[in-house]
Amino acid sequence: MSDTTQSGPVLAADGTPLKRSLARALRMQKVRALMLIAPLLLFVLLTFILPIADMLFRSVENRIVSDTLSETVVRLEDWDALSGETPDEAVYESLYYDLFVAAEAKEHTKLGTRLNYEQTGISSLFRGSGRKVDDIGEDHVKAIERASDGALKDEALWFEIMTGGSNAEGNTALLDAQRLKMEQLTSESFAADIGFVPGAEISELFPRMAVAYTDFALFTAVADEDVVAEEDPWETVFVAFAHSVQADGGAEALASYSGPGAAELQAAAAAIADLEPIAFKTAFLEIDEDWGDLGNWRTMQTYSPTYTSGYFLNSIDMQKGPEGAEPRPENQQIYMTLFVRTMIMSLMITGSCILLGYPVAWILANLPTRSANMLMILVLLPFWTSLLVRTSAWKVMLQQQGVINDVLVWLGLVGDDARLVMINNQFGTIVAMTHILLPFMILPMYSVMQTINPTYLRAAKSLGATNWTAFWRVYFPQSVPGIGAGSILVFILAIGYYITPEIVGGTKGVFISNRIAYHISSSLNWGLAAALGSILLAVVLLLYWAYDKIVGIDNVKLG
Amino acid sequence: MKLRKLTALVATTALCAPMAFAADMADEMTIVSWGGAYSNSQIKAYNEPYAEKTGVKIINDESSAEAVAKLRAMDEAGNVTWDVVDVVAADAMRLCDEGLAMEIDPDEHLAPAPDGTSAEEDFGDLLVSDCFIPQIVYSTTFGYRTDLVGDTAPTSVCDVFDLEAYPGKRALEKRPINNMEWALLCDGVAKEEVYDVLETEEGQERALAKLDTIKDNVIWWSAGADTPQLLADGEVVMGSTYNGRLFSVIEEQDQPVAMLWDAQVFDLDGWIIPAGLSDERKARALDYIYFATDTQRLADQAKYISYGPARASSAPLVGQHAELGIDMAPHMPTDPENATNTFLYNYSFWADYRDDIDAKFQAWLAK
Repeated sequence: MSDTTQSGPVLAADGTPLKRSLARALRMQKVRALMLIAPLLLFVLLTFILPIADMLFRSVENRIVSDTLSETVVRLEDWDALSGETPDEAVYESLYYDLFVAAEAKEHTKLGTRLNYEQTGISSLFRGSGRKVDDIGEDHVKAIERASDGALKDEALWFEIMTGGSNAEGNTALLDAQRLKMEQLTSESFAADIGFVPGAEISELFPRMAVAYTDFALFTAVADEDVVAEEDPWETVFVAFAHSVQADGGAEALASYSGPGAAELQAAAAAIADLEPIAFKTAFLEIDEDWGDLGNWRTMQTYSPTYTSGYFLNSIDMQKGPEGAEPRPENQQIYMTLFVRTMIMSLMITGSCILLGYPVAWILANLPTRSANMLMILVLLPFWTSLLVRTSAWKVMLQQQGVINDVLVWLGLVGDDARLVMINNQFGTIVAMTHILLPFMILPMYSVMQTINPTYLRAAKSLGATNWTAFWRVYFPQSVPGIGAGSILVFILAIGYYITPEIVGGTKGVFISNRIAYHISSSLNWGLAAALGSILLAVVLLLYWAYDKIVGIDNVKLG
Repeated sequence: MKLRKLTALVATTALCAPMAFAADMADEMTIVSWGGAYSNSQIKAYNEPYAEKTGVKIINDESSAEAVAKLRAMDEAGNVTWDVVDVVAADAMRLCDEGLAMEIDPDEHLAPAPDGTSAEEDFGDLLVSDCFIPQIVYSTTFGYRTDLVGDTAPTSVCDVFDLEAYPGKRALEKRPINNMEWALLCDGVAKEEVYDVLETEEGQERALAKLDTIKDNVIWWSAGADTPQLLADGEVVMGSTYNGRLFSVIEEQDQPVAMLWDAQVFDLDGWIIPAGLSDERKARALDYIYFATDTQRLADQAKYISYGPARASSAPLVGQHAELGIDMAPHMPTDPENATNTFLYNYSFWADYRDDIDAKFQAWLAK
């Protein structure tokens, strides 16, 4: 018996190998533990981690350009930004159709705002052009409408032309493609049945017109909740027809068409025969000469991908140029200065908290409990006062006509005309923030110091150590974990502060968080705010990691 | 979305049923404004009369300073909880651009003047955006300490840049808007050319160079209440802020402060209605707007705060301060005495150049 078991695996009582049985028991335990913490885990995940991740994701996300100008950006890919020439006619043609749909859906101004972060002036370029884009090809539209006694003013006839009659073969692929495009453009569902399918024949002969009408149909049926056959088609449909009839091979295509409305379309083609073919580039330059500006086109090309490094480059004072990343002009560089300043000032605040907090914590730890508790209330008192009140109180204290200056002048230490400037600068920020963050330093120090046995100090002294040696060699090393815990708390809190620096920091005492707040609430450049925030988070994690390597996180004690 | 609308509908109908409300309007609304004396003036002039007239429950929120960001976040979350929002015109334009505010047809949605003039004509040029319903004209201008400026009181905005005649600190807003214009004006640029100059890189450098001459003597403010406090404390000799704030320092708190109306910058404040409200909430919001922006109501607001009503027809109706009993007309930024030299906030210029110039301005500040 013993011979056989020695060579095989060790078995549990029920005959399964011990290893597997043990693993199963452990797994069960883990699952049970996981289920216990599951509610909290889910809560944190849903309300904290996911929103933060979603926000940080905006630092690279850049769908808006390709969603709004879906066709233009594809055509723009072939354009050489360094050629010194504006893009060719085809790009402007795509721009016309993209911009028209975007203006109908009121999405073009959003794109203008987005691109204006990169290139000044695009915002009003898009806003203004969105209003005027339906003027392009005006003469052609009017001529077509007048042809054969206004037959093409009839919405129902257009509907019949575009479907190819009730029994015609439909082009559902086109409908689905445009449905997807509209969904991407508006971020809303276009899944509803719109009672329209573009006809296969017409979409083969006049693809551009079929696309334009399908967009119109989708938008009319879903967004406006109207009936497609009862609404006037968009100008784009007329323009697309005029443009393709006047292009090479357009006349042949029209001649081969025999579906509904063939006669009316023939008449329309004849009506516009005398007009110059629509030139989209000229038309756009007439609307706004900035459409001939290379910088605007470069910006659109640079920011056409779905994901961009632009925000991150911006947050380290760089920008995307035509030849890759390049430094920003010197008069726009600010973020690196702010990052460095935030680090240095947070370190100074942490340092002054240690200097001020250590003696207080020591006294607290060495007083009899009764008086220690009294003092403890004094330490905790600021916690019960509003942050804004405490910060504003420092304003009253530190300003030039403030309490401290008044006392100094009264004592004759400073002249009335030479009052000290102690606020609206770095000094003000450091003083106010040290005061506000001090309890976070004192509390961990105090709880660590309480655990230090006083007999160690007495023993050191009885062995001949001076007061200083006993403190420095025996007491201090034991209190280091408290300093570590306090420092991490204070430093990480300080690095993300923005209310206090905003109020007392003036121009030299503000932090990177103030710029993040500005971009979130004022400039609405959330992408840049997210990039700055991601960098700040990464720096904190890096410092935490460095701290762990150098001091060891096991050495941090909160009590 | 459909489902939410349906639930809201069912909920509102259930609530409305026992009460005698107009069947298709919500019986509760949230009005967002700036807080402080300004909100008080609106509550007294609009909200209380409206609540009395209709029995609607009005919730006052004081988040206008972050309205654009919050509306965007609400829209993304698909849950807009505000019905009417008070914003400055520049923010209204951005909300309109972002599709976050609904478009308003003045003649359809707003009351005509008592003499029958259409709303569109009555508001005139102040309808600066399709989504914006103007309410008041306010101005950003300078106030100075009468006891700290010596014998000759400042009369021109350029005295702000004159450290020799008026030594001491000045308070300026911590943003480029207005400051850049004043700097160029005092650097010898003609008023009508200011924005042409400011468009160029050199013009921006020039404005910053002018501001550089007083940079060490400037306290930069970011909240409208800062300058009045700094003036009251004697921390600054002169400072820019909103004219209504200065009115309350001078007339209500009786401080030794006077107004320097020169080169005041007019700006507009008004209402927007968030896009995507349910039908009955939208009906309620529009009903409120119709009531709150009629000729009499706009004139009433001027009893409580020194901002000029946005309707031409309201101006003759402006009376006396409700508590102090002084005539309000001479304290209005639009009063002919005060409006000899004025700017109008250039909305389209700043919509384009705001991000660019702000980056330069902040970099300059940090230097």
